[in-house]
Amino acid sequence: MTMAGFILIAVAAFFFPGIILRTKSLASGRKGPGLFQPLKDIAVLLRKGSVFSGTTGLIFRIAPSVTLASLTGAMLLLPFAEQKAVLSFEGDFILFAYLLALGKFFTIIAALDTGSSFEGMGASREALFSMLVEPAFFVLLATFAMFTGYTSFSVIFNHFFITGNDYVLIYSIIGAYLFVQIAMVENSRLPVDDPKTHLELTMIHEVMILDYSGFDKALIHIGTYLKFSVYGSLIYNLVVPAGWNIILQTGLFLAVQGLFAVVIGFTESFRARNKMNKNPKFILTLSAIALIAFIVILILTEKLA
Amino acid sequence: MFSTIAFLIISFVTLLIFAVPKPLKYYFTLGLLVAGIALTSVWSISVLTGSEQLREIPLFLPSAGTGFVLVIDALSAFFILVINITVLIGFLYARGYLAPYGQRMNALRFSIHYFSYLWLWLSMLMVVMIRDGLSFLIVWEIMALSSFFLVIFDAEERSIMKTGINYLIQMHVGMFFILVAFLLVQDATGRMSFDALGEYFAGHRNLPLFLLFFTGFAIKAGFIPLHTWLPEAHPAAPSHVSGVMSGVMIKMGIYGIVRVVVPMQSDLLVTGILIVVISLITGVMGVMMAIVQNDLKKLLAYSSIENIGIIGLGIGMGVIGQALDNPSLTLLGFSGAVLHILNHSLFKSLLFFNAGSVYHATHTRNMEQLGGLMRRMPWTAMLFLTGSLAICGLPPFNGFISEYLIYMGMFNSLSGSALYPSILIVGSVAALSLIGGMAVFCFTRAFGITFLGEPRSEEARHAREAGRSMIIPQIGTVALILLIGLGSPLVVQPVFEIVNRTWSLASQPMITGAFASNLSQISIAGGVFVVTLAALLLYRRYHLGRRSVTTGPTWGCGYTAVTPKQQYTATSFAYNYNHLAKPVLQTRKEIDEIGENEIFPGKKRFASHSDDLFKRNLIDRPVDCVAGLLKKIAVMQTGQIRHYILYAFVFMLLVLLLAMLNIL
Repeated sequence: MTMAGFILIAVAAFFFPGIILRTKSLASGRKGPGLFQPLKDIAVLLRKGSVFSGTTGLIFRIAPSVTLASLTGAMLLLPFAEQKAVLSFEGDFILFAYLLALGKFFTIIAALDTGSSFEGMGASREALFSMLVEPAFFVLLATFAMFTGYTSFSVIFNHFFITGNDYVLIYSIIGAYLFVQIAMVENSRLPVDDPKTHLELTMIHEVMILDYSGFDKALIHIGTYLKFSVYGSLIYNLVVPAGWNIILQTGLFLAVQGLFAVVIGFTESFRARNKMNKNPKFILTLSAIALIAFIVILILTEKLA
Repeated sequence: MFSTIAFLIISFVTLLIFAVPKPLKYYFTLGLLVAGIALTSVWSISVLTGSEQLREIPLFLPSAGTGFVLVIDALSAFFILVINITVLIGFLYARGYLAPYGQRMNALRFSIHYFSYLWLWLSMLMVVMIRDGLSFLIVWEIMALSSFFLVIFDAEERSIMKTGINYLIQMHVGMFFILVAFLLVQDATGRMSFDALGEYFAGHRNLPLFLLFFTGFAIKAGFIPLHTWLPEAHPAAPSHVSGVMSGVMIKMGIYGIVRVVVPMQSDLLVTGILIVVISLITGVMGVMMAIVQNDLKKLLAYSSIENIGIIGLGIGMGVIGQALDNPSLTLLGFSGAVLHILNHSLFKSLLFFNAGSVYHATHTRNMEQLGGLMRRMPWTAMLFLTGSLAICGLPPFNGFISEYLIYMGMFNSLSGSALYPSILIVGSVAALSLIGGMAVFCFTRAFGITFLGEPRSEEARHAREAGRSMIIPQIGTVALILLIGLGSPLVVQPVFEIVNRTWSLASQPMITGAFASNLSQISIAGGVFVVTLAALLLYRRYHLGRRSVTTGPTWGCGYTAVTPKQQYTATSFAYNYNHLAKPVLQTRKEIDEIGENEIFPGKKRFASHSDDLFKRNLIDRPVDCVAGLLKKIAVMQTGQIRHYILYAFVFMLLVLLLAMLNIL
């Protein structure tokens, strides 16, 4: 049953893009495509052949597979309810963060492999933004480690609501907020990047995968959807106590993921993208919030009287 | 006397290089290296596996009074292995690298080069084996001199000679600090030796002596702001030498710091905090400056500074752990640092060797002139990629394991710590993660711009793969990198053992046992990743095999006359970042402005440089200042003899006057 978390994340990923798309359509007064349209798109991509740029080489061809494989590894580290993750050990979140970084590394160099200046530009931006978001994640996890006294996803989340601290809801809310924002940066969504922009100059993630087609493009899409539900699962673990009934939890898990998707959809409907040079400030603010969360915890756990 | 004779015999044997005919010099040197490496490795392995704390080497039996005793303890044994691995692989690589120099340079140059290489290796071995202060300083000096001769091997260019001299001067400044520190110990205890440090620390304040030693060793290690020689000397040296210098020689500074930190008894908290703060500055600034470099080897040199920062962070955390009596932080901090020394020696030498192969093939180190090399030099590219992934600390490579140990030391200590340690630790976690992120930025840029896309110059277009003799030795390095990355429990246990023995920590089966299971889980995760990747790639191959696969041009946004010049360059890749890091990096721009009356503007040039802030303010400015002052005083140097007689007369008068007034 330890695979439950892994399977649930995969299941949630099926619905995720559809819900975002539907929310955006409804918010803009359109009917919108069906819930499974993104999956149908993937099926189409899988049926198609591929066109590769003559400039590209090995890196361009293996990068999507590396990214997806690293994501699979990262999914194994995420717990669900009271069950430990498939792989659970002290400091597993370090491995989690670095596995995601491995995927990102390959996405960036694959973009450079095309020799296109657009893709180089996207790569440069993506490298910069993911570099800046790294401290936010680590400071947040350090804060949780200090709060619960444990250093593994499974154990941190199991003990999160039973430390006996009255203010746990505050951490839960700050943590969930930060995870939502980090997920937005990591997945290149609003307000850092707009996946629906049509101009190469203003793209970040989309421009990096311009030259992909067919199978590899399908892998990239699958990776994006999985990444959403991976972060959704982190958020879920922060807001729902691990001790609750398992059937209830399964429902709640899907509900939280759905809600997360709706939130993303609404954000993207009602918010404009940041100016490109405002992005670093926005992302550094996340680290600042994480540091504030740390200080709040210092106060609330009475280290800082 | 016997020890001196042994020393002389070694010197004589190495001097024979000058007598060997030119084509055989390489093999002669290789023979000496292999023999010595076999011998010293056997010694160190027997110390590591045996139960004895340390071992005195019978070859150098102590005769009364002479300090030339070679002692191997666990720490020395570890360093001996690190030195031997990199020096051997570096020398095997050197055969191909030096081949083109064969016609251009005469036998003497080669003799000097091999001789210096041997002595760099010998002196490093002796540095980690000698405890006596005076002998230590002698071999420390030999190390500086031999590496100086190695750096200036290619000294047809004046700038390289200048770099070499700069390096030599800075090394001697460092040596001065170490000498003063040893003299203080001598003064207080009557012995001038690392063994006397414990006695000194027991009776005196610890911090001042530590600071003296630290300053001296930090110049060698390249801690900011004492690093300025490093980014100059590494690019100037031939690549196998840069690999050895960056991979192991700068670690001798770390070795010295560890030797001094081990016997310390008080002031531990201050010392630890000091090391941590300096290391974090070193790490962050090092990688920040690495990102903006366009010279591939200079970039690697700055990244060495960053890694010294990571190693220092581990040591500093270990010292803080000792001060706070936190065994987990102590063990994991020191172990992370020790393992990172090994890891860095592997991947950094690998990166330098391949940067050398690129230079070899294209005759430039400027990334703006490179590109598209992966197609032309696939092996070199794959090796460089492996090194890049490892140095970013990405799983399943070795850099991840040592960074994981340091992270874990910090995370494990968070919940129990008091307020200020918690703040320090969280700050360090944030900085270390930022360093990790910036390393990814730095090496995606280095690898991507150099090896991917289209070639940016004719040289790059006609690059040829490096010879087999340059590639095959590096496979060994890659194997070690993967072994540590995927089989970490095998390697970390001995590292724990070394740390326990060096710091005489009580054995902590609780922590080490838990860690064995953590590390094996990491290995499993690494295995899952590799298997998933292999499965995906196999399926991809099958899938694409049944569909049409065609080749076309890269999407140019509708524009079809794309040239390689229009690719994103190294500078433009770092442009956003540069903008952000402006206050720290201070990029200078030189622009030929278009004049108002120029209706048909002529050729214009634009250049941008990222200066090293520390070099400018700490070295260049004061030196310019002093030079300016001395120039003014030079007015007195008229060249007319009667003026000089006058000076002598005035001086004598002054002395007389002072003597009469009883001031002198």
